[in-house]
Amino acid sequence: MPLVKNGQISDDPFVHVADGAELPADGAILIPAARFLEDPETLLRRAGKTGVVWPNNRDIDDLVPYLDRLAAVALVFPSFRDGRAYSQARLLRERHRYRGELRATGQVLRDQFVFMLRAGFDTFEVKKESDAEAFAATAKRYSVFYQPTGDGRITALNRRMQLRHSESAGQ
Amino acid sequence: MYAYDELDRTLINERVSEFRDQVRRRLSGELSEDEFKMLRLQNGVYLQLHAYMFRVAIPYGTLSSKQLRQLAHVARRYDRGYGHFTTRQNIQFNWIKLTDLPDALADLAEVGIHAMQTSGNNTRNVTSDQWAGVAPGEIEDPRIWSELLRQYTTLHPEFSFLPRKFKFAITASEHDRAAIKVHDIGLRLHKNAQGETGFEVLVGGGLGRTPFIGKTIKPFVAGRDLLSYVEAILRVYNQYGRRDNIYKARIKILVHELGIEKFAKEVEQEWLQIRDGALALDDAVIEEVRSRFTYPVYENLPNLPEELKKAAHDPKFEAWRKNSVFPHKVPGYAIVTLSLKPVGGPPGDATAEQMDAIADLAEKYSFGEIRVGHEQNLALPHVAKRDLPMLWRALDRIGVATPNINLVSDIIACPGLDYCSLANARSIPIAQEITRRFANHETANLIGRLHINISGCINACGHHHVGHIGILGVEKNGEEFYQITIGGRADEHAVVGTLIGPAVRYGEVADVIEDIVEAYLALRANPDELFIDTVKRLGVEPFRERVYATR
Amino acid sequence: MTSPLQQKIKITGPSVVTANRTWDGVVIYRTAAKNWTTDLSEAAIVREVDEARALLAEAAADDLGAIGAYIAPVEIGDDGAIEPGNLREQIRSEGLTIGLPVPA
Repeated sequence: MPLVKNGQISDDPFVHVADGAELPADGAILIPAARFLEDPETLLRRAGKTGVVWPNNRDIDDLVPYLDRLAAVALVFPSFRDGRAYSQARLLRERHRYRGELRATGQVLRDQFVFMLRAGFDTFEVKKESDAEAFAATAKRYSVFYQPTGDGRITALNRRMQLRHSESAGQ
Repeated sequence: MYAYDELDRTLINERVSEFRDQVRRRLSGELSEDEFKMLRLQNGVYLQLHAYMFRVAIPYGTLSSKQLRQLAHVARRYDRGYGHFTTRQNIQFNWIKLTDLPDALADLAEVGIHAMQTSGNNTRNVTSDQWAGVAPGEIEDPRIWSELLRQYTTLHPEFSFLPRKFKFAITASEHDRAAIKVHDIGLRLHKNAQGETGFEVLVGGGLGRTPFIGKTIKPFVAGRDLLSYVEAILRVYNQYGRRDNIYKARIKILVHELGIEKFAKEVEQEWLQIRDGALALDDAVIEEVRSRFTYPVYENLPNLPEELKKAAHDPKFEAWRKNSVFPHKVPGYAIVTLSLKPVGGPPGDATAEQMDAIADLAEKYSFGEIRVGHEQNLALPHVAKRDLPMLWRALDRIGVATPNINLVSDIIACPGLDYCSLANARSIPIAQEITRRFANHETANLIGRLHINISGCINACGHHHVGHIGILGVEKNGEEFYQITIGGRADEHAVVGTLIGPAVRYGEVADVIEDIVEAYLALRANPDELFIDTVKRLGVEPFRERVYATR
Repeated sequence: MTSPLQQKIKITGPSVVTANRTWDGVVIYRTAAKNWTTDLSEAAIVREVDEARALLAEAAADDLGAIGAYIAPVEIGDDGAIEPGNLREQIRSEGLTIGLPVPA
């Protein structure tokens, strides 16, 4: 499964460690939420980077105490029709000021990239190779946005206000 | 009219190009049907019995002549020469090819029309009072807020994959013509005790398998807070709405299961954290949107012009005027409803020729503006009263002057089994037969206000639960049967109707409706007591007796 | 979404496999020659569950050409003519039961 990070197909430094699988001594790992919460302090002290795979039906408030020490948070799209992780992503970025890697995992398809970027995701485990290759072009598909989110893109309403001001300043 | 600017135009063009690419990938096999289905639904493309169906949004029911002509063009060029106006201020084309859809969308985009989010599990077309901006006594034009909500909900990055569809409706009048109580979020503009304008917010209304009337979640939300409050509701719903069962996924079920108090508390907690954020609307932003709505420059005209006095001698004109012409906030002007319910016709259908002719008449007599109502009729919102006789003759010529607005033959109906892949039974031929039974205008007038709503399945697109008489098609052992309810209504006193008895066969429906109407005529306290009031006073029982005594 | 192949198959008499054509949505029927036709009279008829399942599986594999394949009942007349087996299929095969607003 190709990984897109910073807009490009990249090697994935993280290894997914399943429930029950042995924990590597070092190296970057992504670990299921339940396993992480069993002993977060030990995990956060290990030599390699630690990230958490957070299910979309669990309150992210449980994750908040650890955010500044996590190397990555992966949010899950069990189906491309299930949009709960968009809310989790915005809350992590906009309310809890999470600045680390925010990864989309699961059914991640081309036609969701723009929504995911706007919600604050910066890393994508893309299901199809062709979609990963189309990432850069797809991300540029829209130039106008109606809603404010934490991604900093200016909304249409604000652009209009700016245009008005510059018009009246020029008069 | 709201005028699109460069930004709005750019966005819909970008959406058209995205959809063109999606269709290309589907036809080349890059996308499976399972993947493509959601993408086409997000752009209003269903698959029905005979073909794809294309649903186009008419936000808050306002169209320009130019836009209506373009809808006619799409009907003619890509479809079979007609369209169907729905109960949610959309128009549907029934025979479109997938390969033609990108071009049809591009043609519509030229006039600022789109099909974004007219289906799928997202926030749907924001609907409003079809008399917005012209109804006497309105608090203010609700379309300003509808447009703010349209922009806010369009391609929302967080709420495009909700548990289920999500519908908004707004009214600013005492009398609710937008059916806000049967929407996921209903908004009623009003003034609070301090004289400030804001919204009563209702949540959890809806029809379908489990009908609920919306409950007030907050009696007053100021305009500046509208978007943040809506975002709080949507966020709570997105996270907690049920996704395990399609029939329990609407917000009405979440509200019902949590209880309105608990749900309101969740929303309030969320809202308090975002109300002063980027969604707060300052006055300048609201004014910016308001400034892009243009209004006609009305003339100073007499309220009872000579032309009208003269035409009053023609009983046919008078019948139409009394039925289809409504008061306007400006003296000398009127709102004219165009009936898309001719006797024997499919409710809500208009041909491309009719659309073109109506567009011309709107230009001549209504400042180039047309409205679409949830009752599946059209309206010309700014007609000078002196022009009424001329307009009437022109409307009559094209078959949209049947004087049956709000009468028994002004039937709301879904497409039913003739078109729809979800339907269990036909709706249109039932409606056609009922209109034939009540074709006599004097009889219909004697009966008075009576709304019949027909749905071909439990999904209730024909809003049968809230019809004064509701007809629901079901299937029993391969045969069409119809359940009849009475006493429902969709306005500010919204209530779900009551079943009168066992379902009846296809061939019996019109007879049963006649029986119900005859029972009403015999039972009403006086000729001014409306059907709905008689049912309220007496209950279902006397109607049940009448209908089933001989069956 | 349940794949059509996982759905429980119940047939009570002669049946066909039908779907809609991807590019234009038109009603189509699976033929014995592993192809599609718009003409019901050319459809492959199945009478047994296993037969039906096989025809459906083979038809549903054509995701590019057709959408939503399923098994539909038909009736075979004395003259061998294939007729739709219920009202829904009759409407799909023969068109609306009402006149179009615009004459074709």
